[in-house]
Amino acid sequence: MNTHSSAMPDSAGTPRVAPAKMSATRPLYWSVRRELWENRSIYIAPLAAAGVYLFGYSISLLCMPRRMRAMAASHSEDPLVMLAMPYSHAAMLLLVIAFIVGVFYSLDALYGERRDRSILFWKSLPVSDLTTVLSKASIPLVVLPLVTFGVTVATELIALLLSIAAHVRSYAGASAPSTASLLFQMQVVLLYTLIVLALWHAPLYGWLLLISGWARRATFLWAVLPLLVISVFERIAFHTWHFRSLLKDRFWGFAEAAFALRMPGGEAIDPHFIPVAQLTPGKFLSTPGLWIGLAVAAAFLVAAVRLRRYREPI
Amino acid sequence: MTVIEARGLRKAFGSTIAVDGIDLRVEEGRILGLIGPNGAGKTTALNAILGLTPYEGELNVLGRDPWSEREQLMRDVCFIADVAVLPRWIRVSQAVEYVAGVHPRFDRAKAKGFLGKTNIRSASKVRELSKGMVAQLHLALVMAIDAKLLVLDEPTLGLDILYRKQFYDSLLNDYFDRSRTIVVTTHEVEEVQDVLTDLMFINRGRIVLNCSMEEFESRYAELMVHPEQVAAARALKPIHERQALGRSILLFDRADRQQLAALGDVRRPSIADLFVAVMGNPAGEAQGVAR
Repeated sequence: MNTHSSAMPDSAGTPRVAPAKMSATRPLYWSVRRELWENRSIYIAPLAAAGVYLFGYSISLLCMPRRMRAMAASHSEDPLVMLAMPYSHAAMLLLVIAFIVGVFYSLDALYGERRDRSILFWKSLPVSDLTTVLSKASIPLVVLPLVTFGVTVATELIALLLSIAAHVRSYAGASAPSTASLLFQMQVVLLYTLIVLALWHAPLYGWLLLISGWARRATFLWAVLPLLVISVFERIAFHTWHFRSLLKDRFWGFAEAAFALRMPGGEAIDPHFIPVAQLTPGKFLSTPGLWIGLAVAAAFLVAAVRLRRYREPI
Repeated sequence: MTVIEARGLRKAFGSTIAVDGIDLRVEEGRILGLIGPNGAGKTTALNAILGLTPYEGELNVLGRDPWSEREQLMRDVCFIADVAVLPRWIRVSQAVEYVAGVHPRFDRAKAKGFLGKTNIRSASKVRELSKGMVAQLHLALVMAIDAKLLVLDEPTLGLDILYRKQFYDSLLNDYFDRSRTIVVTTHEVEEVQDVLTDLMFINRGRIVLNCSMEEFESRYAELMVHPEQVAAARALKPIHERQALGRSILLFDRADRQQLAALGDVRRPSIADLFVAVMGNPAGEAQGVAR
């Protein structure tokens, strides 16, 4: 049998190698890496958006002098907001991109592996269904926020350098150092917002993962249509919009819980520049909606784990 | 050591019974061929063994219940479920890295050694490889895992004869030893005839034949009967008769070989011939096997 042993020192027949010690988190780590190999849009989409933004920003810098004159004439805007605006635009763009990527990723996560039958390969390895589902859930809940944060910070720094290079100093006498401190504040707010969004939207991603593990086709329709049907049914049957406002709250409710939307003076905050003092983590953490949402997300994920155990290739 | 033990293994999908009470015992160091027509329940039985599907009855694989302990079981069990289950987007190097990352018994150097003997480049994606190369890659990954049980479900389906031959050659030469166990289903029975140590026919969810290859050789004989002796040969109760090149070929179970030799040319039957005989069906229903 072992005629090839000389060429293959490790060939069959030699004593078995002791299995490598493996920590419990190793399969999880590799499963997340696997997701990044497969779904390169997780980092390519934010990078591409950042590139487009920086390109647009450099063009706007070239037209800056004219805009500055117009601005000086109006005087209506808060100078801090004016200063922060281009950077907050970058952050908002990247937040939206991360949401879109997260939604489409989640819809495909447990569906694609069944469609291309590769689930049979993944299941031939000692990785539990729980580990697999957790690794997939970690993409919209952990990886995408981190990527978004990194790319946004880098983009804003490059934008700052560009504006310095273009000798655009200030509107209200703000120098580059004060812009840097403003940017630092914005990063704190961005990080906070990313954490808030991930926690608040967790049940949305959980729902999408569940549907992707369940549907045999048309995952997007299965994810969206039932919600639509329920709200229309409620409207027809009971003339109320409770379900719709529930959904709306799940999308936007984080804003009221996580931020003080009124400045101490009473005026509404401008989303382009949210001072750190307006963050209300205590209020956010004591909002029942957050914890109910997390419980629902956990239930969806448990159901997704069970589904993956039973489901076969499509 | 018993690797697989099943008692009354049963699995129904709605009103369709895929596996209908199978008793099965596979010892360490065997190569079992599971042969049956399409829809016979082979894949369902294997899926139960691999923990991919729930089942009724008793099933024990390497001392574990596959359905509730799939993850742990997969450290000692490998399977190739089909030719084309490697994800098409993955690079060869990534596949090796990933398996090395999650499998405690994977030997990366060994996998690279196997791949080095092929034309597969480690930078290629699976979608760029031919079907035969994908099978080679999958086999290289699996053979580099120090597993106790290897399950192959139609591992060579759709491959040309060169790849098929090579597949079983490397399995025997580079992988198999007496402490490993292999269960294989295939329609290319001619090619595995000399590979197997045990043979099992399965039809409509039931085992219709279960014997070792030694038993197969000693029990069954095929007689190409002299035309004038046909009546005498038929009197010995063959289990099957077919015509080839104008002569009758009779298949006997536990017949006296000396007696048979007097009536014509005795030879070893092929698994395919026995399969057709045992299934007792016209060629149509056994088309998947007899090629």
